Amino acid sequence: MASLPLHPDPAWRGRLLACGLALLVLWPALVYSEFKPWLLFDPQSLAAAAGFLSDFLHPAHSLEFLALVLRETWITVAIATAGLALALLGAIPATLLVSERLSISRLGTGRVRRPAALLRQGVRWVLVLLRSVPELVWALLFVRVVGLGPTAGVLAIALTYSGMLAKVYAEILESSDAHATDALLANGTARLPALLYGALPDAAAELVSYTIYRWECAIRGSAIMGFVGAGGLGQRMDESTRMMAGGEVATMLLMFVLLVAAADLVSTLLRRRLG
Amino acid sequence: MSFKLDKLTVRHLAGNRSAALHALDLDVQQGEQLALIGPSGAGKTTLLSTLACAHQPSEGALSVLGADPWSLPQAARHRLRARLFLAPQTPPLPPRQRVVTAVLAARLPQWSLGRALRSLFAPSDPDAAFEALRRFGLGDKLYARVDRLSGGERQRCSLARLLLSQAEVFLVDEPISALDPALARITLATLQEEAATRKATLVCSLHQVEMARAHFGRIVGLRDGRIVFDLPREQVTDAMIADLYENETIEAHPHPAHETPERIAVGACF
Repeated sequence: MASLPLHPDPAWRGRLLACGLALLVLWPALVYSEFKPWLLFDPQSLAAAAGFLSDFLHPAHSLEFLALVLRETWITVAIATAGLALALLGAIPATLLVSERLSISRLGTGRVRRPAALLRQGVRWVLVLLRSVPELVWALLFVRVVGLGPTAGVLAIALTYSGMLAKVYAEILESSDAHATDALLANGTARLPALLYGALPDAAAELVSYTIYRWECAIRGSAIMGFVGAGGLGQRMDESTRMMAGGEVATMLLMFVLLVAAADLVSTLLRRRLG
Repeated sequence: MSFKLDKLTVRHLAGNRSAALHALDLDVQQGEQLALIGPSGAGKTTLLSTLACAHQPSEGALSVLGADPWSLPQAARHRLRARLFLAPQTPPLPPRQRVVTAVLAARLPQWSLGRALRSLFAPSDPDAAFEALRRFGLGDKLYARVDRLSGGERQRCSLARLLLSQAEVFLVDEPISALDPALARITLATLQEEAATRKATLVCSLHQVEMARAHFGRIVGLRDGRIVFDLPREQVTDAMIADLYENETIEAHPHPAHETPERIAVGACF
């Protein structure tokens, strides 16, 4: 550097500090999480893994087994879809409550009225509670309440995902351009129409792609919950893994790959349609 | 009486809450048409949004259509906003929306939620939207998407929204900033004609002083948040205009003498 600039960027000191802090926090995180990647290359564990993995090269494909996998796949998709649909029922109203963008009391004063702010904060806490409990824990709870089977999975997904969806929906809406919504509100439009005509056209693609990504997560989630007896492909996978039947696990994993690819395709098509 | 401002002071909502408008006095009769002129940063936009009840004044008295908007309950104030139409300078149109939907959005304060939803699937009154667009020469853009329009077309599209609103007062912020001189004349004429036939009040901020003096009977000059003059156009002289726009703020902070081009180039590299 030749000499100090006459107009130094006032933000760079803060940026440098943030980078330093991030590194400082990362180091103990690596130590406490016992991050030792070289363990992966221990010859003994490599041999054990290789035995199980070699079965993966020959996926089970007897007609009977395939029919079973298809039936269980259908149950998994149904759990994910039903769970997500229920989650939307909770998430959409929560989004409307949480999103500060739609506040009429903020208009002209820059401040939200106290009761409205309290309500918003209250709903925020409920959402935090809903998504801070892992879906696996909800599933274990519901398996006790409604018994083994898909219903427990559906309810667990509905609860956790309504929290996640509402949070991210509200954030997507708040990061979209406010100008159109603000102009409609300033001209006397009510909250919901202002959202529909002002914010939604630009946020729609983002909202749809996040929803479909969550559906994809719900499919994976329902597989994990299958391990605790919430039905679907996961429950079968649990049984096959216990029997060390690598071929069967491979077939089911292939099924997951297909499902995720399908979700990706739908998302791309819809985004192109809305974009 | 559309507006009555008495010693009205308005502060910025964010930051250090410094005053944007200082103790303004202004009376506007229903059906009156006035142009608001003044240099950039004079407070024209703040004044328009204060009149639109979209910015709460901090001191003084404001009466809008015979009511004090900020002593009304929130719902009543929002109904009052539906009787005023504020057209911001940058067209507030979502890029991915179709023109027909963007224009019909003017009717939202009158529509039920059900009608608003239905109109998203099938536009509820496309002929009215077409008629409004046609008056600004945009009839063929009815079903185009907003992001396919040019800057000037977007500006006129947001004014077509004004024609569809049921407002009694039009507050228009620099409606012709993106238009060529010929289109600017037609657009301004359309706005004034609509206001006159509806007996609506028109308050219009303009940077084109000549247009303001040619088309508006009453001119209000604003500078540094204060009304410098408020006169019929016959009494506005060239000297007053020159004074209004005289640039003193830039001269007040001269650059350091040693700032050579090389010096500036070094600063730009880092």
